[in-house]
Amino acid sequence: MTGLSFILAGMLAAATPFLLAALGELVVERSGVLNLGVEGMMALGAVVGFIVVYHGAGHVMGFAAAGLAGMMLALIFGWLALGFRANQVAVGLAVGILGQGMSSLIGNSYESLTITGLPKLSVPVLSDLPVVGGLFSQDIVVWLSLLVTLAIWAMFRYSHLGLVLRAVGENPQAAHAIGYRVIALRYGAVMFGGAMAGFAGAYAATVYTPLWADGMIAGRGWIALALVVFGTWLAGRVFFGACLFGAVSLASLVAQTEAWPVPSQLLSSLPYLVTIIVLGIITSNKRLLKENGVASLGEPFGK
Amino acid sequence: MMPMLIRRDRASTKAAVLAPVVAVLAAIVVNLLLFMVMGKDPVAVFYAMLLEPFLSWSSFSEVLLKMGPLLLIAQGLAIGFRAKVFNIGAEGQFILGAIFASIIPVYFPQATGGWIWPAMLMLGALGGMLWAVVPAFWRVRLNANEILVTLMMSLIAVQVLNYLLLGPWKDPAGFNFPQSVMFQYDAMVPILLPGTRVNVSLLLAFAAAILAWAYMQRSFGGYQFLVGGLAPRAAAYAGFSEAKAITLSLLIGGFAAGLAGAAEVAGPIGQLQRSISTGYGYAAIIVAYLGGLHPLGIVASSLLMAALYIGGDNAMVSADLPVAAVRVFQGTVLVFYLAAVTFVRFRLEWPGSSGAERGSKGA
Amino acid sequence: MPAPLLSLRGMTKSYGQIRANRGIDLDVAPGSIHAILGENGAGKSTLMKLIYGVETPDEGQILWHGAPVRLSSPADARRLGVGMVFQHFSLFETLTVVENISLIVPGAKSALADRIRALGHDFGLEVDPFAHVHALSVGERQRVEIIRCLMTDPKLLILDEPTSVLPPQAVGLLFDTLRRLRDGGVSILFISHKLDEIQAICDRATVLRAGQVTGHVDPRDHDAHALALMMIGRDMPPPLHADPRPAGKVMLELCGLDYQPDDPFATPLSGLTLTLRAGEVLGIAGISGNGQADLSRLISGEVRLPAARRDEVRMMGQGVGHLNPAERRTLGFAFVPEDRLGRGAVPEMTLSDNSLLTAHGQGMLKRGFIDRRAEVAFTEACIRDFDVRTPGPEAEAGALSGGNLQKFIVGREMSLKPDLLFVAQPTWGVDIGAATAIRQRLVALRNAGVAVLVISEELEELFEICDRIQVIHKGHLSPSLDARSTRAEDVGRWMIGAQAEGAVA
Repeated sequence: MTGLSFILAGMLAAATPFLLAALGELVVERSGVLNLGVEGMMALGAVVGFIVVYHGAGHVMGFAAAGLAGMMLALIFGWLALGFRANQVAVGLAVGILGQGMSSLIGNSYESLTITGLPKLSVPVLSDLPVVGGLFSQDIVVWLSLLVTLAIWAMFRYSHLGLVLRAVGENPQAAHAIGYRVIALRYGAVMFGGAMAGFAGAYAATVYTPLWADGMIAGRGWIALALVVFGTWLAGRVFFGACLFGAVSLASLVAQTEAWPVPSQLLSSLPYLVTIIVLGIITSNKRLLKENGVASLGEPFGK
Repeated sequence: MMPMLIRRDRASTKAAVLAPVVAVLAAIVVNLLLFMVMGKDPVAVFYAMLLEPFLSWSSFSEVLLKMGPLLLIAQGLAIGFRAKVFNIGAEGQFILGAIFASIIPVYFPQATGGWIWPAMLMLGALGGMLWAVVPAFWRVRLNANEILVTLMMSLIAVQVLNYLLLGPWKDPAGFNFPQSVMFQYDAMVPILLPGTRVNVSLLLAFAAAILAWAYMQRSFGGYQFLVGGLAPRAAAYAGFSEAKAITLSLLIGGFAAGLAGAAEVAGPIGQLQRSISTGYGYAAIIVAYLGGLHPLGIVASSLLMAALYIGGDNAMVSADLPVAAVRVFQGTVLVFYLAAVTFVRFRLEWPGSSGAERGSKGA
Repeated sequence: MPAPLLSLRGMTKSYGQIRANRGIDLDVAPGSIHAILGENGAGKSTLMKLIYGVETPDEGQILWHGAPVRLSSPADARRLGVGMVFQHFSLFETLTVVENISLIVPGAKSALADRIRALGHDFGLEVDPFAHVHALSVGERQRVEIIRCLMTDPKLLILDEPTSVLPPQAVGLLFDTLRRLRDGGVSILFISHKLDEIQAICDRATVLRAGQVTGHVDPRDHDAHALALMMIGRDMPPPLHADPRPAGKVMLELCGLDYQPDDPFATPLSGLTLTLRAGEVLGIAGISGNGQADLSRLISGEVRLPAARRDEVRMMGQGVGHLNPAERRTLGFAFVPEDRLGRGAVPEMTLSDNSLLTAHGQGMLKRGFIDRRAEVAFTEACIRDFDVRTPGPEAEAGALSGGNLQKFIVGREMSLKPDLLFVAQPTWGVDIGAATAIRQRLVALRNAGVAVLVISEELEELFEICDRIQVIHKGHLSPSLDARSTRAEDVGRWMIGAQAEGAVA
């Protein structure tokens, strides 16, 4: 398999943890809330999903449990940031630290154990094409996450709920004044984000690399947060950003297997370096951020 | 009916002092319950984790040893946090400090003289600061969120450390372990308390606390940071430079963390290795908040957090508790603290009871 | 009198220590335009929020057609038939008109758009349904708010200070719309503190003072003097009279100032030119959203120009466009911004620490450290000289009422003994007593030879204290108009940008 076809085949799967977590956070941020705890919610989702699958309950139960675990942390976040109006940055960090700690604690006796992932479902004909064929042979979660991307894009574009979330994120005072329950809506968004981060973690630990290792999320939650900014809060652009990161992480694998004369640590740092560089490029365009951004992001709301 | 938060006319000092105490107590209760669920003996864990560190001089001196880096890093971070500059990459700045300090003993292992350890500390502080230059530039010039950039810089720092230890800086006589040569005697910070591992860097940390106090509570420079954090538009109106505040607070944070990293390799560890930091950079975030972002509060919270590290090690040995339990404990303390600290600015009121205050005449 | 549409009995609402409404009774008849009259801080807006279900009362009862109702949300109020047009609009800038309306009116977008056009035609409220709100003028946004209410088919329409955002000419049009609505069977609650407007359009008036009702009257039967007595407990202060006096040296100049804001929704400024001399007051009139916010930040130094363009803003004879606010202050400049909390003052800090914000140059620093005694002395003097009602210098700024905090900020800036004082919206949300005191101080400063620049959306205020007026419209400044010989309607034409066309015709 050549490097290019390898990257094309694996890109979507590598992108999926980024994509699911970033789409969840996109909904959260659209409602005006900044939840920095994504890394912790992913880590907890990963370990919970892994344990459930390891004990034979299957991937569906594994994902469900991971989603619930993410939502549990999201509930703590919501309780502090929405109920107590605490500083969202601090609360996000706290929830992140808690989630990472809990994942290490729970996963302590599962370290380095492995399970089987999910089979690939191929699109007939297309998956037999040369070079790009691998792109059409993916596991079910990848296909589902493409659907979720589409659904979130359509929600913000066409649905009433999407309109209400945008309104709440832009001007919570006005939304309150015309009768929307800002806090309840934000709770809903935060819980959704928690579930998605849990799913993202479960995908990473039970499908993409079906094993448990402490710290295996390795900053992917943080990159997902950056992806929301890269995508200027638009689902389509977040998808392309996630693919970029999927490709970057695979490219470093290719480089390692083909023994390029580059230190492996540099290749491992590549996603982080790319994050820093792309972040700088996007955010220096202040007009772009203002046009697509969320006006009340991170500000606590109280009557 | 749900109780409502009503804004107080002024901040409550009582609530500010009580918040960390309540948070720690609540976290103790919740975590002991958690350990019970895990099948551990809560009394044994409580004893090992929270009492034992204070019961003997030898274990308390280890607490003081851990307290040094936490105190130093947290003081640096708190200055930024009060200006709403969220440097969460102290871990990376700490690692860079350790790497920079190691330059002298790695390249000049035969060098002798009393200048070596001070020079190492200065180099370390410089290294931490350099690592903070990137997020400062990104934030000031490119408008990029410093939270993400500092975190990414930390992840990169770990890779830089791995590269050095597996490659050019690996001790040739080290049986292929990823670690540097052992540092020479003159590369070690002098011991402060004889018979313990506590060295002069603890004094530096206390000096930093006093400096931070004078700067934040008494000087105009610190005042400008506070205004920038509380009301950025008021800072712009007054003409305080936001770029300067952001750059300075990131550099101060990097300086302190780098210094702490240097003191760690030039102190208790004595060489550069993979496990130089056991999450000090992240724990210091909790220390800073738990201390109310106040230089004096941080002295107390760093002592507590250091004790928790030692206690966690104890509990691992005596009560078979996974070391990750300490991180869970840290996380819960912060969660409870953030809930409790709300009552500095707000008080709870149940609907209807607002009428009850003066309503004895009414209904 | 027919059975009332809406009745309030004993409405009471407190926010912490502040008792915003105390035992308010009120009856609104069907087909009536009913005024709620009261000055800033009298509790008008709180009362309207209670009627619209945004807030719930601590005590008291709301009756609709004589039957008690509980309103726990605006949706409840809308179901009854209550609609509200907010003073600070509750519109969403990034959404289109029809999207904004669909947030409270169910239906397909195309059907809604048709109804928007039809209502606009019937009531003189034309607006493009597919325009983005950020692209609309303030007057158009008000139309959107009114249409949005009308689409819920209200029996009672509440308008909170609706004329405060309109140029003089547009007020008449709004009144026509309101009369047409009344004739169509809608009752209107009209909130205002402007006596002449209330007398022009309202058939009933309920007067509030300090959260309590001080009278239910027919405003057409009472003169302004009697209404003012009910509203503020004494007669309206007589208007100031600023005698013309010779002007001195040029203290502030804008020379073709251009500015393209970062915010894509904000108005760019182009070619602004003005000259202000010592001993005169220059007013900048204009409807909000025409570039005032950026203009004030360019003059204050919160927004700076590249050094090469420094001469587009000149103070005391030198180019200052590249200097920051602190540097401009050292030249003898002082500035009161339009928003008090979070900009003019830090709400969480004490008044003493808020003095330090701009007055640190007044001997409050010793080698970089803060001299607490000097800070407190300055603050005490400021509180005393400007009659700030507060427990003392240790009170937090956020705990002061709007009027008192404004007096403190104005006092602090005047205590800098500036040669050039710039005040944006000097009396926004300030009660009449404090507003009068502030205006008197501004004129006294002018008489002492200080150059004073005032940005205000209240024309009456500008005519009272200014020597000259320039009007800002869509980022352009009109030529200077003499305040003593220009009529309000002429300024009004500049405010809607009709002057240029008028000159041609």
